[in-house]
Amino acid sequence: MTNRIDERFALMKAEGRIGFMPFLTVGFPDLETSVRLVKAMVDAGADGIELGIPFSDPLADGPTIQRSSYAALQAGTTPEHVLEAVRRLRADGVAVPLILMGYLNTFLACGEDRFISDAAAAGADGLIIVDLPPEESDETRATCTATGLHLIFLASPTSDEQRLDEIVSRASGFVYCVGQVGVTGARAELSQELPDFIRRLRAKTNLPLAVGFGISKREHVVALEGLADAAIVGAAVVETVENAPPEEREQRIRDYVEVLTGRTEPGT
Amino acid sequence: MTAPTLPDALGHFGPYGGRYVPETLMVALNELTAAFTAAQDDETFRVELNSLLRDYVGRPTALYCAEHLTKHLGGAKIYIKREDLAHTGAHKINNAIAQGLLARRMGKKKIFAETGAGQHGVATATVCAMLGMECTVFMGAEDVRRQSLNVFRMKLLGAKVEVVESGSKTLKDAMNEAIRGWVTHVRDTYYLIGSAAGPHPYPWLVREFQSVIGKEARAQILQQEGRLPDIAVACVGGGSNAIGLFYPFLEDTSVRLIGVEAAGEGVDTDRHAATLSKGTPGVLHGSKSYLLQDEFGQVQEAHSISAGLDYPGVGPEHSFLKDSHRAEYVAITDKEALEGFKLLSATEGIIPALEPSHAIAHVAKIAPSMKKDEVILLGLSGRGDKDINTVMAALGLDHAT
Repeated sequence: MTNRIDERFALMKAEGRIGFMPFLTVGFPDLETSVRLVKAMVDAGADGIELGIPFSDPLADGPTIQRSSYAALQAGTTPEHVLEAVRRLRADGVAVPLILMGYLNTFLACGEDRFISDAAAAGADGLIIVDLPPEESDETRATCTATGLHLIFLASPTSDEQRLDEIVSRASGFVYCVGQVGVTGARAELSQELPDFIRRLRAKTNLPLAVGFGISKREHVVALEGLADAAIVGAAVVETVENAPPEEREQRIRDYVEVLTGRTEPGT
Repeated sequence: MTAPTLPDALGHFGPYGGRYVPETLMVALNELTAAFTAAQDDETFRVELNSLLRDYVGRPTALYCAEHLTKHLGGAKIYIKREDLAHTGAHKINNAIAQGLLARRMGKKKIFAETGAGQHGVATATVCAMLGMECTVFMGAEDVRRQSLNVFRMKLLGAKVEVVESGSKTLKDAMNEAIRGWVTHVRDTYYLIGSAAGPHPYPWLVREFQSVIGKEARAQILQQEGRLPDIAVACVGGGSNAIGLFYPFLEDTSVRLIGVEAAGEGVDTDRHAATLSKGTPGVLHGSKSYLLQDEFGQVQEAHSISAGLDYPGVGPEHSFLKDSHRAEYVAITDKEALEGFKLLSATEGIIPALEPSHAIAHVAKIAPSMKKDEVILLGLSGRGDKDINTVMAALGLDHAT
């Protein structure tokens, strides 16, 4: 069974470029708008989308994504709505990888097997469960494998060699490299230790490496070229939505993604 | 019933516990586990801890035979384990001082802690003042309001109090923010958890450090009464004082263990904190345990008049003890707890904290129908000074003038 994540990374490699995969919390600012914003990001050249499942206690997230999660919950968003968003995006012809990103309790409460099967049937390609470490993941991984989804793990600059081995031995799809020691959120500059960290990981696996946490500018993405295979941006996307008047949200998001993918120059 | 060998190497108590945290923290938790294991086997560590528990904390705390309360209730004989007499006024110092020594041993000079009622925050600030460490305490804005005395104490002790404005602005949110803070500063900061909750090794480590309560109480009651109690009762929020009291009695199967949760305005309302009585298993704050949550796994806000019990989760070992029926868990309302508060104050001249007032209220329910030769051991986790404003507001001004 082919998976869109594998296909996309193969394509980006063939084209010799770094990929760009933005994140948006589903249901932020409301379900309808979030689906439209995802389509706008895909139209603007995103190589894949991470769809955040809103959770009441997102302990790996900084204030920005916390706000979006809270707003989505206030708007009544449920995990079922997230699957509905995936179905609608596929029905609308979105062909890039769609990856669900959330916290373990959502999966447990919805019934892990059923929710993962439904996610696969809806057209999702992978899962990132921020608080599920590889050593606790056996059952989840088995379900993902059976349904053709990649279960994507995070690696951190604080992970020692033994942890990195543990992560890559169970990883599939790609490895999500945490670019900053800390919670999610835009930072002015990339971490100094990032190149060394990515090289350490590269020596251990042939899987693609995507970097997230702290990326917000085109220059960050450029700096990752040749080092990582994709850049992930979350908080800066949410901030762009927050700062836009409602009628300009789609345009602003499209402009932002076009700048980050290098389609247009900043400010043009 | 093999609980005394738990948790396993990955921190599981049966299906509960474990380590569900962002990868950035995993190495730090491994290091902590290794440091704790080494410290337990280190004579120097044990000697220093025991001498501080004796000379600084004031251990062993008394086991008091509560004659007047016993007579008032007219049934079982009641003994009270007086953690309210420990330095800083609650059991929290037992764990804070031990983890403080562990942090120093690991070379960490900065400490983060979360607090609900402020007792753990005060205990941690106290230990940091004594050991010369930098202390930051995360506390929900709602708890800052209702526990202003403890906020002032922490500041006086040199701690920085980070007021948490997210969510219900109580213990759950303080713990979220403390974990986020730790993720960011994990390389030079020690996270000193006060509850028997959180990711492995915390539930295990806190239980080991709080077990001094039950070990002492067991020896004291054997000496004073010549037998084990029929029932041991303690309040449960996260569950640190209860697990500390219960654990040394786990293999004494004749001793019934009863944990008392906060029923708030009633377990059939949506304003309570009776996690074990009304919750379902889930993952919060790094471990699997019972949880107050909706059908989609969103964690619900807890409510209790007592800030220390106002938590929608519970330590994983309590979930295990509930499912294995080794311990029972009941719930006491705000109103009943206030009666318990007044009862112990009036009969014994001991003003309890609102948290153990829940345990007192449950004892008041069960003692009268028990035989006079039966014995109840009541864990009094802390004293009530911090709650005077809350109680004054709840009882009305006529009691205050």
